[in-house]
Amino acid sequence: MADFTPNEIMTIVAARALKNDDVCFVGIGAPSAACNLARLTHAPQITLIYESGTIGTRPNVLPLSIGDGELCETALCTVSVPEMFRYWLQGGRITVGFLGGAQIDRFANINTTVVGPDDKPKVRLPGGGGAPEIATNCGEIFITMAMGKRAFIEKLPFITSMGHGPTGRERRAFGMKSLGPTKLMTDLCVFEPDPETKEMTVVSIHPGVTREQIAENCGWTPRYIDNVPETPAPTKLELETLRDIQARTKAAHAA
Amino acid sequence: MAQFMSLADAVAEMVRDGDSVAMEGFTHLIPFAAGHEVIRQGRKHLTLIRMTPDLIYDQLIGMGCADKLVFSWGGNPGVGSTHRIRDAVENGWPHALAIEEHSHAAMANAYEAGAANLPFAMLRGYIGVDLPKVNPRIKKVTCPYTGEVLATVPALRPDVGIIHAQRADREGNVLIEGIVGCQKEVVLASKRTIVTVEEVVEKLGTTSYNSVVLPHWTVGAVVEVPGGSHPSYAQGYYTRDNSFYIAWDKVSRDRDSFLAWMKENVLDKTPAAFAAHAKRTA
Repeated sequence: MADFTPNEIMTIVAARALKNDDVCFVGIGAPSAACNLARLTHAPQITLIYESGTIGTRPNVLPLSIGDGELCETALCTVSVPEMFRYWLQGGRITVGFLGGAQIDRFANINTTVVGPDDKPKVRLPGGGGAPEIATNCGEIFITMAMGKRAFIEKLPFITSMGHGPTGRERRAFGMKSLGPTKLMTDLCVFEPDPETKEMTVVSIHPGVTREQIAENCGWTPRYIDNVPETPAPTKLELETLRDIQARTKAAHAA
Repeated sequence: MAQFMSLADAVAEMVRDGDSVAMEGFTHLIPFAAGHEVIRQGRKHLTLIRMTPDLIYDQLIGMGCADKLVFSWGGNPGVGSTHRIRDAVENGWPHALAIEEHSHAAMANAYEAGAANLPFAMLRGYIGVDLPKVNPRIKKVTCPYTGEVLATVPALRPDVGIIHAQRADREGNVLIEGIVGCQKEVVLASKRTIVTVEEVVEKLGTTSYNSVVLPHWTVGAVVEVPGGSHPSYAQGYYTRDNSFYIAWDKVSRDRDSFLAWMKENVLDKTPAAFAAHAKRTA
């Protein structure tokens, strides 16, 4: 088994979740790395869409922002931002929305707005951007986030984008047809929603990770499916492809 | 009607204290040179409108030009926080900053509604989230045909819209290519407009019949400022200066280093300083 970092297996597992025929709305950061790794390995025909308006983009280096020129130059076409949100996202053309976040709860609701009360914020985060509408207008949502007690918390101070709602029942109550978060890929394990309660439940544990580690990095007591399998370790091809694009990206951004 | 002006004259004529101002460009073509001129002329009490405040509003807010920020994602893309905006929101430095926060979809729709001369925009959005609890301008409407409840936001009709574009011709017709963002909507929604361009040419040299062209009679001031969107970029002219965005994190973290940077690179400079950046090849 090759050596790999927790962050590398998180990105690789996230990439594996994507299919060749997906139309994927890509968030910046970890989601962008995972989506392009998928494109460069098992899903060469995947359609990647960034909210800056680039459709079918195939960047050679990972963008620092969602609007780097590389995205436009390698895209099939580029549309205006109002068109992107109206016709393509709200129009129901996107199969998978791929999000990151600062804080998440057991029903995969996400906070990227503020830590502390909103009228007197302690730490002001960037806010929602495209996420509130990505979360509800895509066929399903994948989330990738590293675990930690400050990130995986019992009760969010603010819901920036809805997962399965504060009780796990809100999607059905709103009559929503989209599935919401179906996978949460972390640096320690993978969660999927329980079919009934919608609580995010551990469905595989990465090689070498213990349940104690998962508990120590989770603000609620996580549930597990019966007979949790081990996540298949990264392959040589996956690791080399990821490291190649990250090295190219680092060199390009420093130039 | 397009009028060719110097940047100093354009800002002096178009931007007034207390105005609502939208400087748009979605990562691409951000009008930094015009933003710096607004800072140099010491405009105050502005309501700044931008989907992604980016470094340009970090600079304007850090220099005390704004009373209010209307936005939908306020970070340094791919890097982290916009520290001057955070300092204003969290600590009231250099003075208190009111915020009106939306999602990207809502702001894009609101600009489009402004351009379309409608009073509000409607979207299937803000479902199951907390933003409507802290932003009373987000409301609801019931579809008269289906009964579906949809979110609404008021149209954006800025006093001044400011954009940067690749080029204008001698009449003042404007070409924008690449990631076109919502610049067309901003210009058509705004009462007064400033368009800075990389160059003024005899013919626009459009590569397609559908390239974005703002007819000269839809724009106000047209100003040639080569390099005028650095550290953002102008597709076909120069690339995004990602290393600058990374370096800004350290410059802007500390009030004194921010003020020293602004004095050296903005207050003591003229728009001509941007020409050095136009030489980065795309």
